[in-house]
Amino acid sequence: MTHHDEGREIQVGKRQDVSGQTEQTRSGLVFIPAVDIFETENEINLVADMPGVKTDNVNIDLRENTLTLAGEITPFEGPDEDDLLVEYEVGQYFRQFTIPEQINQDKIDARLSDGVLQLTLPKAEAAKPRKIEIRSE
Amino acid sequence: MFTRGLWNFPGYGLRTHFEELDRMKRHLDQVFGQGDPSRIAGRTAGVFPLINLTESPNAYVLRAELPGVTANDLDIQTMGRNITISGERRIAVDQNAKYHRREREGGRFSRAIALPGDIDRDKVEASLKEGVLQVTMPKSEAAKPRQIEIK
Repeated sequence: MTHHDEGREIQVGKRQDVSGQTEQTRSGLVFIPAVDIFETENEINLVADMPGVKTDNVNIDLRENTLTLAGEITPFEGPDEDDLLVEYEVGQYFRQFTIPEQINQDKIDARLSDGVLQLTLPKAEAAKPRKIEIRSE
Repeated sequence: MFTRGLWNFPGYGLRTHFEELDRMKRHLDQVFGQGDPSRIAGRTAGVFPLINLTESPNAYVLRAELPGVTANDLDIQTMGRNITISGERRIAVDQNAKYHRREREGGRFSRAIALPGDIDRDKVEASLKEGVLQVTMPKSEAAKPRQIEIK
């Protein structure tokens, strides 16, 4: 995979028929990725550590208020390798969040680089804070 | 559900018996296909990378999870049978933003691993892909297995 490839945009499935249940009943280990979630006036940002996941194996799904992150770790061991020390294993990352704000789905941006997923969820116009001017008579 | 966070210290040889048992159970579950799918494991040791070490007939291969760490922030050194990986994980913080979750840890780290055999230090290769560092260390000629012919 070239460097250019790593930073490319991920397709965000808006109404894909991949429910949370099917992900969780698959065999293998499921890991919770560590995340940072922060909010600015115009958008909600989510940063998740997903080392070992290729861009094609990430699945992001936003429906109703539920945001689902899933990613499959690419198996890494060669056929003639024997384990000497194992601290992490192959499996998949899975995590769901409730996003209370309205999101402008057309402008969601997702990038995966160096094993870190960066997701930008722009707030819909209606959800932005509006300052109410008080007029003095 | 169990948490890795309780044993944050990345001990090589210092892992607790419970953790070792848990790992064995998971391995057995995988072998016999009876893994509990509802169980979800966190995988983190704070800023310290999780490391896997394997051995093939010709080389030792070390893999470390380093999400968000670039090659410039990494330092890999071999000394005899020891390999040290150190570096810094930088996490940008937006001072004006309101944080809802802050689980990712930044900072400096260093981990040393002792290899069971000698390596050819001139042929060590390292690559960093998808946040995973892979260091391939070819065994020295003396450390490679040799088939003995019976006359």
